[in-house]
Amino acid sequence: MIQARFQLDHGPFSLDLDVQLPGRGVTALYGESGSGKTTCLRCIAGLDRPARGLVEVNGEVWQDSERGIFVPPHQRALGYVFQEASLFDHLSVRGNLLFGLKRVAMAQRRVDMTQATELLGIGHLLDRQPHNLSGGERQRVGIARALLTSPRLLLMDEPLAALDTRRKNEILPYLQRLHDELDIPVLYVSHSQDEVARLADHIVLLDAGRALASGPIGETLARLDLPLALGDDAGVVIQGKVAGYDTQYQLLTLTLPDSQLRMRVTHTPLADGLPLRIKVQARDVSLSLANDAQTSILNRLPVTVVSELAGDNAAHVLIRLDAAGTPLLARITRYSRDQLKLHPGQVLWAQIKAVAVLA
Amino acid sequence: MLTGADYSAIGLTLKLASLTTVILLLIGTPIALWLSRTRSWLRGPVGAVVALPLVLPPTVIGFYLLLALGPNGWIGQFTQALGLGTLTFSFTGLVIGSVIYSMPFVVQPLQNAFSAIGSRPLEVAATLRAGPWDTFFSVILPLARPGFITAAILGFAHTVGEFGVVLMIGGNIPDKTRVVSVQIYDHVEALEYSQAHWLAAAMLVFSFLVLLALYSSRRTRAGWS
Repeated sequence: MIQARFQLDHGPFSLDLDVQLPGRGVTALYGESGSGKTTCLRCIAGLDRPARGLVEVNGEVWQDSERGIFVPPHQRALGYVFQEASLFDHLSVRGNLLFGLKRVAMAQRRVDMTQATELLGIGHLLDRQPHNLSGGERQRVGIARALLTSPRLLLMDEPLAALDTRRKNEILPYLQRLHDELDIPVLYVSHSQDEVARLADHIVLLDAGRALASGPIGETLARLDLPLALGDDAGVVIQGKVAGYDTQYQLLTLTLPDSQLRMRVTHTPLADGLPLRIKVQARDVSLSLANDAQTSILNRLPVTVVSELAGDNAAHVLIRLDAAGTPLLARITRYSRDQLKLHPGQVLWAQIKAVAVLA
Repeated sequence: MLTGADYSAIGLTLKLASLTTVILLLIGTPIALWLSRTRSWLRGPVGAVVALPLVLPPTVIGFYLLLALGPNGWIGQFTQALGLGTLTFSFTGLVIGSVIYSMPFVVQPLQNAFSAIGSRPLEVAATLRAGPWDTFFSVILPLARPGFITAAILGFAHTVGEFGVVLMIGGNIPDKTRVVSVQIYDHVEALEYSQAHWLAAAMLVFSFLVLLALYSSRRTRAGWS
C-alpha cells in the first residue's frame, strides 16, 4: 500500500492531496495539465519537498514532516521515468543502464540486465550513444534504466507525451509487458485517457491539486459524478477472460468478470483463460427493450438501469447500467429515454456496436 | 637570444600560472556550482565580486592587496601571527594576487557549463541512487568537461599575461617575483630592445597558440540528450 499526503502552496497553485493507493499494479494519476500530477510524483520521489507531507510505500516511510523524516531521493528505492528520456549523453546505452544497476547492492537486485533489455527490446542498442537513438528507443532505454535499480515503486511522468503516435504505439506494448511480467507497483502520470484505459488498474483523478476520485479503473470510469463521464471518450474498461475462439469467423469469446455473460470480439486466437482488456465507449452502446436477434450487432447483454445523468448537451443523457456486476455506460438521446420510459431498476438489453481491444 | 634571467622569468611565470590554475579550479568549481544553482539573494553580490577583476585596473586590485597583505593589513597581521611574516613581495603573495585577478576567467566558463547542464541530469542521477558527491564526479564533471578545459586555458593564459598586480604586490625580485611581463618591462626600461623583442614575441606566439587551440577546438554539444 502506498500512502501519500501533501500540502503545498506555490502562489496560484496549491496541492492538497491525501491518497491511498494499492501497493501493486498500475495506478494512473490522471488529470488536465496543471492539475498537480507531476508535482505529486516529484513529491513522492523527494525531488520536491513539500513543507507538510507523508509518503509511505509498502511499510517504508520516505517522508513524514511531523516526525522530521525526509529520506533524500537517492536513498529511496524508486525508479523514475521522466517525460523526456533524459539519458546521460556522456555514457553509452550500456553505461546509462549500468549507472543505476551498479549503485544497487547485489542482494537487492531483482531485475538483471538480460531481463531488462529483453523486456524493452533494446539488446541491440547497448553499444550506441544516446544521441543516435530515436525518441522511442531513448524512452525504452530510460525505462530499462529505471527498472534496473530494482525499484519498490516505479514512477512514470507521461513517458509517452513527447512522442508521436507511431512511437507511442511502439512503446505501449512494452509497458503492457512490464505490467504483466514484473511485480513492481507503478504510478503513471498521464493526461491521455487512451493510455490510462490500456495500462491502469487503478485511477486517481486530479483536478486543481485535489483528488476528485480514486478507485479501480472499471468502477471509476463508470462513475457518473465525475467529469470523465461528460467527455466524448466516456466509457468503461472491462477486464475479461478469454473463453474460446471461433476460427471460422475469427471471433474471440470473452467472459465478463465474475459472471457468465459473454462478449465476442474480432481478434487473433488467444489461449483460454488469458486476461483481455477491452473498452466500451458510451456512444457505442444502445438500449433495447427486447433481445432482438435480427441485427448485425454481435454483443447484446441483459442489463439493469442504475442511474442517469444529463449528457454533454441537452439532447443526450448518459445511462449507467449494470451487466451482472460489470458497469456499463450508454449515451442515448433524451428522446429515446422517454420513449423507452427508462427508470432505475428497469431490465433491458444493451446492444454494443463496437468494442476496442486494449490489451 | 634569451638570457639566463629570461629563462628564469619564463620558468617562474609557468610555475605561477600552473599553481594559480590548479588553485582556481579547486576553489572556482564550488563557487561556480553555487552561483549556477542558488536562489539566494547573495548570488548577485557574489557574482559581481567575482567579476570585478574584469573591469578594475590591475593597480586597484594590487593596491588593496598590498594593503591587506602588508604588515598592517588584516591578512598581514594574520600571517605574522602565524610566524610566516608578510606575503608582499613573495611568490606566495603573487599566487594570491593571481588567483583573485584570474578568478572570473575560471568561474564564468564553469558557471556557464553548470547552468547549461541544468537540474535534470542531477535529478536523474538522484533517482538512480547517486548521492551528491557521486553525482558530481559521475555526472557533472564529465558533462562540464568542455567548461573545465576552457576555464583552465583561460585561467592559465590570463595569469601568464598579468603585469599590473604583479608589479604592485610582487615587485621585481629576480627568481622570486620577476615574471616574463615584468622582465620585458625591465628590458625596455634598460633600452635592451632586442632582448625585449625575443620575450615579447615568445609571449605573443604563446598567447596566440593558446587562444587558437581554444577557439578552434570542436565545440562539443552541451552534453545532454
